[in-house]
Amino acid sequence: MAQGWAQIVVFLLVLTALVPLVGTYLARVFRGERVFLSPVIGPVERFAYRVMRVRPEEGQDWKAYARSIVVFSLVSWLALYLLLRTQGIQPLNPEGFGSGPWNLSFNTASSFVTNTNWQYYGGETTLSYFVQMVGLTVQNFVSAAVGIAVLAAVIRGFAARSGAALGNFWSDLIRINLYVLLPIAFVAALVLVSQGVIQTLDGSTTFNTLAGGTQTLALGPVASQEAIKELGTNGGGFFNVNSAYPFENANSFTNMVELLLILIVPASLTYTFGRMVGNRRQGWALYAAMMAMFLVAVGVVYAAEQHGSPAQHHAGVLTHAFDGSTGGNMEGKEQRFGIAESSLWTAVTTVTSCGAVNAALDSLTGIGGLVPLANMGTGEVVFGGVGSGLYYMLLFVLLTVFIAGLMVGRTPEFLGKKIESREVKLVLVGVLVTPLLALFATALAVASPDGTQSIYNHGPQGFSESLYAYMSQANNNGSAFAGYTGFVQPNAPGNAGAEAFSFANLLGGLVMILARFLPMIAALAVAGSLAGKRIAPAGAGTFRADSPTFVVLLIGVVAIVAALTFFPAFLLGPVVQGLTDQLF
Amino acid sequence: MTDETLRNEPRSLVDRAIMVRALLDSVRKLDPRHQIRNPVMFVVEIGALIVTGGWLIQVFGGPPLGGGDEPAWFAFSIGAWLWLTVIFANFAEAIAEGRGKAQADALRSMRTETVARLRDGGEKPASELHRGDVVVVEAGETIPGDGTVIEGIASVDESAITGESAPVVRESGGDRSAVTGGTRVLSDRIVVEITQEPGQSFLDRMIALVEGAERRKTPNEIALNILLAGLTLVFLAVVVSLRPFAEFSGTDASVVTLIALLVALIPTTIGALLSAIGIAGMDRLVRHNVLALSGRAVEASGDVDVLLLDKTGTITLGNREATQFIPMPGIEEAELAEAAQLSSLADETPEGRSIVVLAKKYGIRERQLEAHARFVPFSAETRMSGVDVNGNQYRKGAGDAIVRYVIEQGGRPPVELQEQLDLIGRDGGTPLAVCRDNHVLGVVYLKDIVKEGMHARFDELRRMGISTVMVTGDNRLTAAKIAEESGVDDFLPEATPEQKLDLIRGHQEEGRMVAMAGDGTNDAPALAQSDVGVAMNTGTQAAREAGNMVDLDSNPTKLIEVVEIGKQLLITRGALTTFSIANDVAKYFAILPAIFAFTYAANPGERGPLDALNIMELGTPTSAILSAIVFNALVIPLLVPLALRGVRYRPIGATALLRRNMLIFGLGGLIVPFIGIKLLDLLIHNLLGA
Repeated sequence: MAQGWAQIVVFLLVLTALVPLVGTYLARVFRGERVFLSPVIGPVERFAYRVMRVRPEEGQDWKAYARSIVVFSLVSWLALYLLLRTQGIQPLNPEGFGSGPWNLSFNTASSFVTNTNWQYYGGETTLSYFVQMVGLTVQNFVSAAVGIAVLAAVIRGFAARSGAALGNFWSDLIRINLYVLLPIAFVAALVLVSQGVIQTLDGSTTFNTLAGGTQTLALGPVASQEAIKELGTNGGGFFNVNSAYPFENANSFTNMVELLLILIVPASLTYTFGRMVGNRRQGWALYAAMMAMFLVAVGVVYAAEQHGSPAQHHAGVLTHAFDGSTGGNMEGKEQRFGIAESSLWTAVTTVTSCGAVNAALDSLTGIGGLVPLANMGTGEVVFGGVGSGLYYMLLFVLLTVFIAGLMVGRTPEFLGKKIESREVKLVLVGVLVTPLLALFATALAVASPDGTQSIYNHGPQGFSESLYAYMSQANNNGSAFAGYTGFVQPNAPGNAGAEAFSFANLLGGLVMILARFLPMIAALAVAGSLAGKRIAPAGAGTFRADSPTFVVLLIGVVAIVAALTFFPAFLLGPVVQGLTDQLF
Repeated sequence: MTDETLRNEPRSLVDRAIMVRALLDSVRKLDPRHQIRNPVMFVVEIGALIVTGGWLIQVFGGPPLGGGDEPAWFAFSIGAWLWLTVIFANFAEAIAEGRGKAQADALRSMRTETVARLRDGGEKPASELHRGDVVVVEAGETIPGDGTVIEGIASVDESAITGESAPVVRESGGDRSAVTGGTRVLSDRIVVEITQEPGQSFLDRMIALVEGAERRKTPNEIALNILLAGLTLVFLAVVVSLRPFAEFSGTDASVVTLIALLVALIPTTIGALLSAIGIAGMDRLVRHNVLALSGRAVEASGDVDVLLLDKTGTITLGNREATQFIPMPGIEEAELAEAAQLSSLADETPEGRSIVVLAKKYGIRERQLEAHARFVPFSAETRMSGVDVNGNQYRKGAGDAIVRYVIEQGGRPPVELQEQLDLIGRDGGTPLAVCRDNHVLGVVYLKDIVKEGMHARFDELRRMGISTVMVTGDNRLTAAKIAEESGVDDFLPEATPEQKLDLIRGHQEEGRMVAMAGDGTNDAPALAQSDVGVAMNTGTQAAREAGNMVDLDSNPTKLIEVVEIGKQLLITRGALTTFSIANDVAKYFAILPAIFAFTYAANPGERGPLDALNIMELGTPTSAILSAIVFNALVIPLLVPLALRGVRYRPIGATALLRRNMLIFGLGGLIVPFIGIKLLDLLIHNLLGA
């Protein structure tokens, strides 16, 4: 395990070293300042403003900002839905795929507009290159940019000394795409291609195997989608098996590059926050809280997978390390990555709302599988999705300040701004939507005949699959315990005769939309409410939110809220499996 | 009305009469129309109703509500303890209100109907007096309403309001002109202009306040209530979704069990005690003889960043004291002391008396003056006072006045005099020159005496994160000296009402909360502007109306206690909320293994894998659930004393204080229920056999 831990530590050191650099860059982009790319991108930016008739200096209050987001997302959704419905008549469709069922299109459109990338379908057997590129990859960029833009607006509200303006959504959207997502994704895609990730518009290729049979290999423009899929914490794979497939994730090096791409923006945004509110310690405090929870997640999943499940022990399946093998639970894992890299990926993809996978989560041990569920149980605030993770975490910060802050004998305040009933109300809306949706949707799914037809396994495994499906969609994560089915494709590749379960697709789509936009609007409203408040100077009696004590408290509140909400559900799924050697 | 009713000398929390009344009230408060104001307890009451219904169905031979195989006594016991939970919560509120109600009754008894005599002849019942009516009150009569003395001077017994038995003087003009309805004139005759409308007198407001009739939820309390309602909603979702989850796992979770789980999880502890904490906070103020005219002000006082204090009477003793005789060259100190004493014998001002006291230290005893002594009283014109005796003229007064006097008498003041006068002035003191005939004998050094312990209090305030500003009419030099001596953080010299107002506004602009105490009419704008304005009861009507608290003792230093009470109130809320939430962990570990003890068992009838989570090793599922519910109920009355007393505030810095309270109430809240539930289970399972 020592080598595995060494890999993990090196990775985290590289990440931490990059945080201030990228964080500073992001802050400059948010503020509209000049950056080293300005000479190249500046003209494009100004051209975009002219075409879209955007005046970046024109600030919007939280309502106008939220309205712009709703309008933009609605148009995005309609466009994507239309693309999915008309696949058969579009170009760049070498396999000649027709459109799938409408309810699957509903789910997929909702999934990509909400930055979830939940996939009931397998990309290479269902979608044309045109839809993958013009539909999904475009949404990978813009839905990520929406999340980051909201965070930028929220930070402005927290930092504001007066006024109600949170910035201009349209200029945020343009700047984040042009200065952040496009350049990084461009470079990253080239790096991936250099390592063997494919990028082609050719159709699939068929060859004779050594054993004498024939095999068809699906191809496509993968690298370009792969880069933004990780960078924007989207997670929707070009291929069904996602980053476990060599054409998406070629080797250990690309594995680390992709992991870094997933974490770099959410992690660096903590620094951006500290910089923009004028208290870098505050940014690092948030980073520390996230990193501590992340380390626990990695440690537990790694230890659990290395140890193996009670059932494996009972069956006498060797789980000890021996020469030439790492031992442990290798079911569902790539030999190329082993337990350490698979565990690290599993933690990374579920603390962030990325959802890309390089191993089969369904094959994790009981306790190993508890980790991704628990990560989503926090509401994806440990780094979380790009932008969304931090604005969600800030809601938890306010909650912590409200409960604990009272204990210093002052009415609660954060960054000198009083937290009053309006903020508490909005924070609760933001924080509670996700767990309520996850619980109720799972309850419907396991209790109704329409719901249970999606469940493949029975007993705790079946329960975990269902719970995972709705927690994943309610957190806009997108990863899955395989086995939960929403789409049956009897004549793959191709959609002829394919059928999608309305219950799973519609409920899931609705959950993703509500879980994305309600907390987002709540966060904007909180920021709008805080923007107009006076900042009280900190004194000896003020509770400092940039202290180690606060970091511990914040972790405590995040953990206890998650635990209290999902403890009973976790018991009936992964915990049962962690405690018994029975097979389900 | 006795002293005791308002002054509240330390009295046990459980007064028998208050107890009885509280018990009755806690049953009366079961009315759902009352409960709905507290969403957490309302949910408990609904739960109790359903469980009781389920029990009745079982009693009449029906099946357990919603499946399961629990016996009827289980539903009965859970139902009974849920009702008790609500009653305990009501009791906590009732007992907090109880003290106030007792005080209100006492106050109400003095609101006897008096007949007011109008100045322009005619009479009117006191209850019909309006603003602007002018009444005459003579010795032995009760003042019919709140007002301002516009003519005359009288001694008034205000013990009914303040509990202070010594009479006070009320006179027209100046800052001692306000009178309160219900107080009694002991001597002389005053003419009072009424300043209240019927039913809105100070007494009426006081009754309403102590009784809690006007109690509105304060902003932070509202916010906390929203949080608690939110938590309740989450747990409702958890419990509602748990039933299908359990069903999918092949387990029956009965309605009674699920309701028990719900009640155990929702924050009943803080929900039950929240209003008691608020009422007790107001009550603690009343016990310090401070009436908060709004709960908002009590909360705000916890947030105070800047304290404005008047110098005179607050930081320094009300009056200057003579501390030193400084003779001119060639004069004996004793000679100066004697002259100073003689000239002050007839001086009844505190300064004059302090000179006599100081002179005693020189062995000069007070003497009876011969009959032919002639006293010269102080006048604003001469700015001197003194005595003519045995052919000598003794005078003391301001330096320049004495210099002029001596020159008029043909003498020549020594050059050292001016030196000494300047020296004392620079030192922050007030010099008085003393002369006999045309000889200047020396100087008396009058000094502002900083109250004992002020330095320590200001240090304490600084540790609390509160800075203090001394407001004084003195010049900058004197003010600086006293500020330094008393340890105050800042000072405002030669203060005018406008400057005071500007100072407060300035701090508020920068986001600070300002508290101040005041009594004069010219304090009224500043009192109104400050976030916490404590008006002295001796002050004018205008001041009393501008402030949001009234200090019946008229002691400005009490601001410090007010701040502490505000902080205590907020800490208690936070501490019990934390405790309440932390408790849930143990309750999960008691109830969930009980519900899922047999789930996914390898063989029927055996315990399943989740039984491993029964880390408390509770006897049976029924006993485990019952123990959790009993613990949940009992913790409420056990915490009532803490809610009423409040969690102590310690000025040790915010982070240290937070760490301390987190350790006690957070960690304690995690551990205590594990022990409590285990003990209850031992009792319920092993002794009662459940």
